[in-house]
Amino acid sequence: MLLLTCPNCGLAVEETELAPGGEAHLKRFGPDSTAEQFEEYMFLRDNAKGVHFERWRHAYGCGKWFLAARNTATLEVYGTYPARTTEPPQHIRDEIARRTGA
Amino acid sequence: MSRRLRTGGRRIDRSRPVSFTFDGREMRGFAGDTVASALLANGQLLMGRSFKYHRPRSVVGSGPEEPNALVSIGEGARFEPNQRATVQPLWEGLVARSQNAWPSLDFDIGRVNDYGSKFLPAGFYYKTFIHPRPFWKHVFEPLIRRATGLGAAPTEADRDTYAHRYAYCDTLVVGGGIAGLVAARAAAAAGERVMLVERQELWGGRAPTDGATLDGQPAAEWVRDSVQALGAMENVTMLLRCEGSGVYDHGYVLCTESLTDHLAGKSGPRQRLWRVRAGRVVAATGAIERPLSFAGNDVPGVLLASALRDYVVDYGVSLGERTVIVTNNDDAYRTAKALLAAGLRVPAILDVREGMNSPLVNEVKGMGVRVHAGRGIARVHGDGRVTGVSVCAQSGDGTVLQEIRCDCVAMSGGWSPVVHLWSHCGGKLWWDEARAMFRPDADNPPTGADGKGFVSVIGAASGALSTAEVLTDVADTLGGPAPEVEDIAEGPIRQVWTMPEGAPHKLRAKMWLDYQNDVKVSDIRLAAQEGFESVEHAKRYTTLGMATDQGKLSNINGLAVLADRLDTTIPQVGTTTFRPPYTPVTIGTLAGEARGVAFQPLRRTPVHDWHENHGAHWEPVGQWRRPYCYPRPGESHADAVIREVRNTRERLGLLDASTLGKILVRGPDAGRFLDMLYTNMMSTLKPGRCRYGLMCDENGFLMDDGVVARIDDQTFLCHTTTGGAERIHVWMEDWLQCEWWDWKVHTLNLTEQFAQIAVVGPKARAVLEKLGGMDVSAETLPFMAWTDGTLGGFEARVFRISFSGELSYEIAVPAGQGRALWDALMEAGVEFGAMPYGTEALHVMRAEKGFIMIGDETDGTIIPQDLGLDWAISKKKEDFLGKRGQGRDAFRKPDRWKLVGLETIDGSILEDGAYAIADGTNENGQRRTEGRVTSTYYSPTLDRGIAMGLVARGPDRMGETLRFTQIGGEPVAARIVDPVFFDRDGEKQNV
Repeated sequence: MLLLTCPNCGLAVEETELAPGGEAHLKRFGPDSTAEQFEEYMFLRDNAKGVHFERWRHAYGCGKWFLAARNTATLEVYGTYPARTTEPPQHIRDEIARRTGA
Repeated sequence: MSRRLRTGGRRIDRSRPVSFTFDGREMRGFAGDTVASALLANGQLLMGRSFKYHRPRSVVGSGPEEPNALVSIGEGARFEPNQRATVQPLWEGLVARSQNAWPSLDFDIGRVNDYGSKFLPAGFYYKTFIHPRPFWKHVFEPLIRRATGLGAAPTEADRDTYAHRYAYCDTLVVGGGIAGLVAARAAAAAGERVMLVERQELWGGRAPTDGATLDGQPAAEWVRDSVQALGAMENVTMLLRCEGSGVYDHGYVLCTESLTDHLAGKSGPRQRLWRVRAGRVVAATGAIERPLSFAGNDVPGVLLASALRDYVVDYGVSLGERTVIVTNNDDAYRTAKALLAAGLRVPAILDVREGMNSPLVNEVKGMGVRVHAGRGIARVHGDGRVTGVSVCAQSGDGTVLQEIRCDCVAMSGGWSPVVHLWSHCGGKLWWDEARAMFRPDADNPPTGADGKGFVSVIGAASGALSTAEVLTDVADTLGGPAPEVEDIAEGPIRQVWTMPEGAPHKLRAKMWLDYQNDVKVSDIRLAAQEGFESVEHAKRYTTLGMATDQGKLSNINGLAVLADRLDTTIPQVGTTTFRPPYTPVTIGTLAGEARGVAFQPLRRTPVHDWHENHGAHWEPVGQWRRPYCYPRPGESHADAVIREVRNTRERLGLLDASTLGKILVRGPDAGRFLDMLYTNMMSTLKPGRCRYGLMCDENGFLMDDGVVARIDDQTFLCHTTTGGAERIHVWMEDWLQCEWWDWKVHTLNLTEQFAQIAVVGPKARAVLEKLGGMDVSAETLPFMAWTDGTLGGFEARVFRISFSGELSYEIAVPAGQGRALWDALMEAGVEFGAMPYGTEALHVMRAEKGFIMIGDETDGTIIPQDLGLDWAISKKKEDFLGKRGQGRDAFRKPDRWKLVGLETIDGSILEDGAYAIADGTNENGQRRTEGRVTSTYYSPTLDRGIAMGLVARGPDRMGETLRFTQIGGEPVAARIVDPVFFDRDGEKQNV
């Protein structure tokens, strides 16, 4: 059971307090999009073995969504950050680079 | 004959006799006995029958690894099958029964499977599926179901209770042997919060049994002092009878503590599940001895050398008078010493190795025991128990060199570290060829949130073999001083996977790997031959390691045989996956208090008690309870529904609609937001008015519907379905927080803040006027309008909306006023014939009107256009959730199944979910279909069956007759009609 820190509360919370929301930083494609763009948005997920950015909601806490950078293979957590971002913030990317050596 | 020895038994208290029964027979044991040791003490060697061949079986082990001695314990509401006799403590009055034998354990008809075993090899089960095909259903399946199985399922609900407890610590040490004790002391001395759990009822593990000496003290004394020292430390929690069951992500560990399983007087919770979050886990879980694969290694009286030592030293019981020991390593010689010390005879030690010259071997030789080097067992004689062994050369083909009379065989094939807790969360293993064991690979540990390993394995569990090695290993891992021990060098192990090496098939077919599931060396070889080369495939094909012991004894031997047959190495074959729990955990322990009424919260409306007092028949809707109908004395549910529908249509019905979702959406961008969420335009709705709206997911599928009321310029109140309230609120918040976070909108789920009562029927206005205080006339409050005001003294919001087609008001008041309003309406309604109605009458009336119901007409694959709801989909809006999805080609195909009404020709009621039968068959040879029933009822208003359904090109086929399936009957003919069956022009609701 994962232990993630909700960036809104600052609390390290158990996975049972959270609701998962799938891959983060998806770009929404609306009515004018091509079939390929819409397919990408709706159905195509990276399913990474390794570094993964994902959505979580502190469902049994503050109710706020947040994002986590996590390694699906090692269960490492590089950090969590607010949902109001379109891409991983610099400090998260730095932490991933530092830990993975990439 | 197994028996109690006159002396010995460090775990038993001979001054405290305990009586129990086995298969109805009275027996006696001592406090401290397990069921297994007590049965042996009573001469009961036979404890069970194997799963497939029903072969007679006795203990092969002495702990949780035991595959054979499974018994049922307890009676009635405390009956539990498949308990391992080797770990079940004895208590006064315990009732134990044998399993999988009929008519009795001693004479079991199922044994015919054994005599025909050559026709029942690995995979025979799967082959019966195929040849000849009809045989599976009519011959094989009934036979197999009767012939195999473990204990019977309990017939009564579990009478015990179970508890959960959360705990947090810096270091959790699992295993209270000497390694665990030293580790706990080291961690505690460093000031850490330490938890130390031990599966058994005594500390110290094997060391006291095996006679180790630490710091100059006998192990038992050293253990006592260590436990005392730890017990005195405030930062240490120690638990006996507590097993480390599973290690999960980020240091989460489940431990299972047994509280009353060893007691005659059962009070309080039976077991406690510890939900531990540990900074680090130290697994000091020991090792399990492996059997050797020789013909007849499952005959009662053949057991692990270490297990025999346990029975003699710990419980003072012997399995026989003359024990032949067969081994490939030094450790089994300790068993010889223990047997001789207890006055039992060891006619021979068969050691597959040549040229052994270690101190232990020489010591035992010096005691006068004959050691046969390079020898093994060709076969064990005896059926219900061992009568002798045939000796052969290990390197040969099983040619018998000598016969030795004996009544017990102790075997040792080496040791397998218990690496389960290391492996549960991804720790890798490496194969130590010299020691013939998989050991934890310290370079590839299970990792925590920081990317560093959070599990360490110490002692025998990490592959240390001698006491000295164990203690050095602990000191290296945790630091701190190691107790002084004498380091006695042991001779190397010799890998032996079949005995003898060149055994012909006839012998291999009697070499058991997995005792419980009756998997033999010959089965694994057959699996490899038939192409099941991956260890995961071979496991499933043969069922190796799939029994309740999860392969604790059999897996390494099995994969070694597989490696040999495939001409590859053991590490290349690899292990199957270790999964928690370490031993079976009863479901009650995992459930804890979450059972019965506490299984999930029950949500009650403010009017709940009234419904309860007026005979409501409840229907669960999510976590809510809603009245399905209110049957009167002697009235059936169906009749009650008919009465409620008629009364509502003719006079006055009251419905508790409090469970409907009520979500407030407010802010400068509220209209813009709702325009994205609903398929129709909400921003143009005028304050004081209501509009029905549809919500779709991004796929375009309809997921919720309801009436939106505009409260003021910036405020909307969105009604959702009862089951959808929480989900839709989460959905709104998802878009606001994660996509449109710059929009100025906030949402509030007010569902439980308001009671809402639907007042429905021709007399609805009359009863509200009688309550008074508010103008509810058609002019002031027309259809699809709402108003705030005082009604009969209640501060109320009244919506003029209808889900029944009748004149209808929904009155919302603060939840605390809900019951009072209901009472006031019931009282005022008496003169108008008011009756409450339930959800079924609601369903019937909405179906008569052709209104869709989320979950009936929709199932997550239906777009609004399928339901003829195009009128509720805006063509002006550039975007809304689901618009792009609905624009996909597949949804524009003309043959999509679309909503229609259905009327049976004979007036009968179609079956829910019935399919419309089309001509011909599909590519799978199945009958084609062209539609299905989504809602079907008896309509009291029309006095006939009515239904809604989805039919291919349905709206274009009005008047056509289709045939619908009927379970166990002839198809039923029904005509496609308009889905609105009643009051098509809406005259009744709009008055």
